[in-house]
Amino acid sequence: MRKTWDIPGGVHPPENKSQSLQQPLGEVGLPAELVLPLNQHIGAAAEPVVAVGDHVLAGQQIAAAIGLVSAPVHASTSGHIVAIEERPIPHPSGMQDLCIVLRPDGKDRWIELEPCENYTQLSHAALLEKIRAAGIAGMGGAGFPTAVKLNPRANYDIDTLIINGTECEPYITADDILMQTSPAEVIAGTRLLAYLLNQPKQVLIGIEDNKPDAIAALERAVAELNDDDCRIEICTFPTKYPSGGEKQLIQILTGREVPSGELPAAVGVISQNVGTAVAAWRAVRYGEPLLSRITTVVGTALATQRNVRVRLGTPIEHVLTQHGFDPQRCPRLVMGGPMMGFTLPSAQVPVIKTTNCILAPSREELPPPPPAQACIRCGLCAEACPASLLPQQLYWYARAEDYERLTAHSLTDCIECGACAYVCPSNIPLVQYYRAAKGTIRQMEIEKEKSDRSRQRFEFRKERVARAEAEKEAKREARKKAAAVAKKKLAAAQAGAQQDSRPSGKQQSGAQPHEGLAGDRQTGAQPDMVAAAMARVQEKQLAPQQQREKLQRAIASAESRLQKAQQRHVEASAEHQGKMQARVREAEVRLADARQKLAALDTATPAPAENADPVAAAIARAQAKMALSPTEKLQGNLTSLQKRLATAREKLAAAEAEGSDTAAALATGVAKLEEKIATVQTELNAAPAQVPGPAAATKTAATDAAAVAIEKAKTRAAAQADMSAEEKLQKQLDSLQHRLQKARLRLEQAEADNDAHIDALRSGVEKLEAKLAQTRAQLEDTASP
Amino acid sequence: MLEFFTQYPIAGAVIALGSLSLVFGAILGFAAIRFKVEGDPVVEQLDALLPQTQCGQCGYPGCRPYAQAIANGDAINKCPPGGQATINAIADLLDVEAPTLDAEHGEESEVKKVAYIREDECIGCTKCIQACPVDAILGAAKQMHTVIIDECTGCDLCVEPCPVDCIDMVPVAATVEHWKWDTPAASGAPAMELIATDKDPAPDTKPPSQSDRGEAA
Repeated sequence: MRKTWDIPGGVHPPENKSQSLQQPLGEVGLPAELVLPLNQHIGAAAEPVVAVGDHVLAGQQIAAAIGLVSAPVHASTSGHIVAIEERPIPHPSGMQDLCIVLRPDGKDRWIELEPCENYTQLSHAALLEKIRAAGIAGMGGAGFPTAVKLNPRANYDIDTLIINGTECEPYITADDILMQTSPAEVIAGTRLLAYLLNQPKQVLIGIEDNKPDAIAALERAVAELNDDDCRIEICTFPTKYPSGGEKQLIQILTGREVPSGELPAAVGVISQNVGTAVAAWRAVRYGEPLLSRITTVVGTALATQRNVRVRLGTPIEHVLTQHGFDPQRCPRLVMGGPMMGFTLPSAQVPVIKTTNCILAPSREELPPPPPAQACIRCGLCAEACPASLLPQQLYWYARAEDYERLTAHSLTDCIECGACAYVCPSNIPLVQYYRAAKGTIRQMEIEKEKSDRSRQRFEFRKERVARAEAEKEAKREARKKAAAVAKKKLAAAQAGAQQDSRPSGKQQSGAQPHEGLAGDRQTGAQPDMVAAAMARVQEKQLAPQQQREKLQRAIASAESRLQKAQQRHVEASAEHQGKMQARVREAEVRLADARQKLAALDTATPAPAENADPVAAAIARAQAKMALSPTEKLQGNLTSLQKRLATAREKLAAAEAEGSDTAAALATGVAKLEEKIATVQTELNAAPAQVPGPAAATKTAATDAAAVAIEKAKTRAAAQADMSAEEKLQKQLDSLQHRLQKARLRLEQAEADNDAHIDALRSGVEKLEAKLAQTRAQLEDTASP
Repeated sequence: MLEFFTQYPIAGAVIALGSLSLVFGAILGFAAIRFKVEGDPVVEQLDALLPQTQCGQCGYPGCRPYAQAIANGDAINKCPPGGQATINAIADLLDVEAPTLDAEHGEESEVKKVAYIREDECIGCTKCIQACPVDAILGAAKQMHTVIIDECTGCDLCVEPCPVDCIDMVPVAATVEHWKWDTPAASGAPAMELIATDKDPAPDTKPPSQSDRGEAA
């Protein structure tokens, strides 16, 4: 007897297994319709490979696996595909999903099967492919594709294969009956799986000790086999719910605990359900896909309670009617056991690969859950938890929707066995809370992932848009630059050659105005206009001389261009004739224009120059005169006088010689002139003495004194403005007193000198005294109030 | 040296403390440079909480700008796609009172929606493609466009620019894969805080389930 370990927690619900074991394994006949959901397993749904109306044979693949974690679906019998549509599926959500509906023809004809006598001749890959193609998924209830599970990652060292015949959930006896009826197949399947896993050190079949018949049958089969290559051990251990959980069974049989978030392969264990082992064996040995399974049909609402082999896709209603189902007595149908099963939305749903039990209990047998009451913190749930979690804490956090704390308290390790809810004296549906919280956490993770992706896409898009914008901007900039350069060039060229196309129309006569226009268009009307305007402005700014030069140059170039154009015009072929003509004409227009302008300039410029000249000369002379120093002026005067004198004398001499009567007048004029010259000469003589420097100095000094006086007056006025009336008067008084003193002094001096002004001075002093007295009175007036 | 310290204990203490502070100052200075946190971590955290629909209903051109605005003191209740859950999460992060959603910016939609282009009506104008903040619309000029449902955030921004009104916002169909159990309170289970005497005895039920199950066994 092998040593077994114990798991923490666990409960002992009433087993209720005997009802369904009273009768041998039965069969269920063909229903009118088989409904085969495309997703009967964990992973991606299969994809239909048949069309409505197709006839299929039993075992024919009707939906192919998509991706690695998926499983194909096969027709359970021969018949016609009547629909591929949404039908209610056995799922706690009660939702519909895509199903293939098959109407059996009743003949149950099979496809050609590919048996394999000796699987050891096949490679592992070929065997796994067979298992995969047979659509085998874990038949214990989870439905994980078996081929995937049997192909663990290379870094896992698998040393133990566990075949799970525990079946710990109440009521269910499907595995029990399988082990009882076909132990040889179970052993053969076990050997196949062991072979696939390269003969692990231990091959264990774990069975609870409440199935003595199954244990005996298997032990017999193992003994019969007597195989030294593969030592299969039948391990029995005390019944306790939930020993059949994968992680729990591993712990019981090997003492190893699967780490949180890891697969059993991490501790070197692969476990498979007995039903899966048999299905895999049949798939390899007989090439038989998974078309049926053993299901326990149990419950007091049924007349017959037994295990049946039922085709996948058979509506549960069909199974129930064959067992004397009384809908009146059964308030709800459960798929799976009473602990982990779920209520079916309707009896129309089909049996699928994971349907190990159909429970049709009466109201007495499985009453609706009583109303939940407040948690009394008894701690029974923590004692019952096989995963050593803290159900009470999880409950509080789940109610508070504190998902962070739930994760921190290892909610993900909860196997949803329902032991905590089972022991809860307050009937709190704890597992419901955990399931809901788990779902929310999963949803949040999906949303988080999606939002991260959205963020990435958004950031990327932003970057891309910015980049595109920058590129556009750069292009625009480059284009602008190029345009500016081109414009400059064009303007220069036009200022040089084209000048202005304004008179072109009038000038170049009405002869071919259209061609001229066309020519303009050819060069681009828009830039032309701009360039012309610029040229005009430049033209105005230019000095007439430069302009003339430019125009001359323009005429020269225009002439040469005209010549060239004419030459080309002659040479040009017929088709280019029009174009060339236009060009010639354009050149002609330009030339004429330039010529006309030059002429206009020639006639226009001299006139203003002449008009301007005398004025300018006069101004210049005046300026020159003003610039002269007084002496120079006098000198100039003198010379001009002397000139006049000379001419006057000449005239006088001529008059005297003629004996004219104007001679006397002339003589007086000469005398006057002579007199004037003499005065100017004296003045001139005096001027050098009065050295220009000192003269200027005195002048500036005088002006300076005046400026100072003005300054003083201004400051005084400003100061007075600032002062109050009283202060002003005081100031006035002071200054008057000062002036009086000065005047008295001067009077004394005058009296002493016996000056002529003595009277005037005296009256001035008297006046000042009077004013002083008046100011004093004013001051007193202003001060007194 | 030692003599100096024993002779002038105060001076020694001052020197010791001074050198210690220098050493620690150097360590702290180094750490400040070496472990410098780039950017504003609060903005990152806020951005992580926002739903990334990039819908602009908050008045900012995307979720990150809004996160930045919140960090700068803007109200936290301007995100209808995130709804109350997001507001609560942000309030939690910033340690402030959680306000209710500002109705001015829109209402929280109960069902998640995605854009759907009625493809025979699409004229291929690419306007929706330019409007989509997450590049979830596929198509080319004068070619029919379509929405990549998995990438669509349901932001609504493509609906308005469509000249032929061929874009609908359709609710995302619930699938079995995305289904989750309801919490007991939400699924209409009786109120929690019952006491034993409040129990409404079911018509023909014998007391608790355990003994019932025991009987059945």
